Amino acid sequence: MAVTVKTLRRPESSSSYVEATIRGMALTLRHLFQPKWTMQYPEQKTARDWTISPRFRGTHRMSVDETGAARCVACGLCPQVCPANCIRLVPAEDAQGNRYAAVYEIDEFRCVFCGYCQEVCPEEAIHVGVHYENAEYSRDRFVYDIARLTTQTHEVSSLWDPGDPKGE
Amino acid sequence: MNPVTGWAFLILSSLKAASLLGLLFLIIAVWTLVERRGAGFIQNRLGPNRVGPQGLFQPVADGLKNFVKEETLPPFSDRLLFLLAPMMAFVPAFLTFSVIPFAAPLPTPWGLLGMQVADLPVGFLFILAISSLGVYGFVLAGWSSNSKYSLLGGLRGSAQLISYEIAMGLAAVSVLVFSGNITLGEIITRQQQSTWFVLPLFIAFFVFLIAAYAETNRLPFDLPEAESELVAGYHTEYSAMKFAMFYLSEYSNMLTASGLIVCLFFGGWDIPFTSWDNSAPWTVWKSLTTFCAFWGKTLSFYFLYVWVRWTLPRFRFDQLMDLGWKVLLPTALAFVMVVGVAVWALDASGIGAGARGALILAVVNVALGFLLFRVLDRNRVLGGAGNRRRAESHRAAAGREA
Repeated sequence: MAVTVKTLRRPESSSSYVEATIRGMALTLRHLFQPKWTMQYPEQKTARDWTISPRFRGTHRMSVDETGAARCVACGLCPQVCPANCIRLVPAEDAQGNRYAAVYEIDEFRCVFCGYCQEVCPEEAIHVGVHYENAEYSRDRFVYDIARLTTQTHEVSSLWDPGDPKGE
Repeated sequence: MNPVTGWAFLILSSLKAASLLGLLFLIIAVWTLVERRGAGFIQNRLGPNRVGPQGLFQPVADGLKNFVKEETLPPFSDRLLFLLAPMMAFVPAFLTFSVIPFAAPLPTPWGLLGMQVADLPVGFLFILAISSLGVYGFVLAGWSSNSKYSLLGGLRGSAQLISYEIAMGLAAVSVLVFSGNITLGEIITRQQQSTWFVLPLFIAFFVFLIAAYAETNRLPFDLPEAESELVAGYHTEYSAMKFAMFYLSEYSNMLTASGLIVCLFFGGWDIPFTSWDNSAPWTVWKSLTTFCAFWGKTLSFYFLYVWVRWTLPRFRFDQLMDLGWKVLLPTALAFVMVVGVAVWALDASGIGAGARGALILAVVNVALGFLLFRVLDRNRVLGGAGNRRRAESHRAAAGREA
């Protein structure tokens, strides 16, 4: 079969440059007076039609018990499950035989914010947080140690619930 | 009152020139912001609003940035012309405004001071001559940069400017024929006595408006720049203040074109529906109100440039040439004939080219406008050289199917 080029016919019978131009100008004039969608970010962090999702997974936060110590029992599940291998955990034991994390560091540059650490944690200690303002002046500030993780105060992520997939 | 003469004339003219230049710079600076915020508003966003109240100091920040940025001088460029080109674009852009009257004459202790920098008897010809010089700046910038994009932009610019200058000039010729004068001051006086020329010469206004957009390289005719195709066209290789000079000259050309449209078709500094403002005795108050009237009208057209820019997409280059040579030029030529015949007929019948004559011609224009926009504008696709061939292949294909 011979190669053919399909040429599409333009709607020439209804084309009018002046009319189309005037219609376009009227449209843009209407837009000139419509309410604006811009969210003025640093002053305004939620807009009339947008809030950050409670399932947002941002930088981590460690919950603390009533004495102010980290709830982590150094079971080692989170470094095990972490796909990015960004958690460094050195377990230790105190005089009463309670395990705790002697070193608990999360490299937030390596983290892929999958939230598995929060899902797997039996003590509900480590969480990913609803937080995105993480700017720092140097790279080493992005390795969060346990002191930093426990003093974070932002909301924790509610993660995705299989029983309520749409978050209702 | 007699016109100012002697030393007072020299000093006052210099003052006028300096203050007009300052005013132009101020308006252009504000308009770079209006352009960006207008773009934002049309796209349902806010635009730059951080520097100062409502972003009002944004142009200052931009200007400062342009002063401290690195001046690049490409080693492969033609050094002399590369440095000369921005100036050659810049100077004519600001020079053309000097013959446009922007207010009623101002009475001073030394005599009557005309509110235009230079009241040239050849007014309009001066504008045509000087604005054509601007094309050298674009072409030389494109050529001396020694870069493909710049050269293409410069070539496009030269072809476009020369093509549309003809349509623009011819559209203006009908104004000159109808008013019987080429001094801009006289053209305005004629409009004050009869009616604004946009009514009797609407077709000429329409052609002039489109040609003015092409002359100033603005969308939908910004092919010399064409960001999406040519990086930045003729000023690709320019940076810092040299780039800013091209930028300023573009905005200045737009302002001059707006002022010219107002002078030729919208009565210049005339305040509509009144006549107290356009006859002696001249007072400071009259000068002030007519000044505001002129700038109000001019800035409306200046805003139209912004509005059109964020509405219409860019033409293809062959479509641009098609529009210029096959549509606007014949239209303008035919309209010059119509106006010539009309002026002759009005004179012969004793009506003259006054208010009544203008109204008669306005009726003629309505008919012509209907013909042009409702009949000839239909069933037409701007397609450049390949269009006829394509139409023939369509017809052949339709024949085969049937």
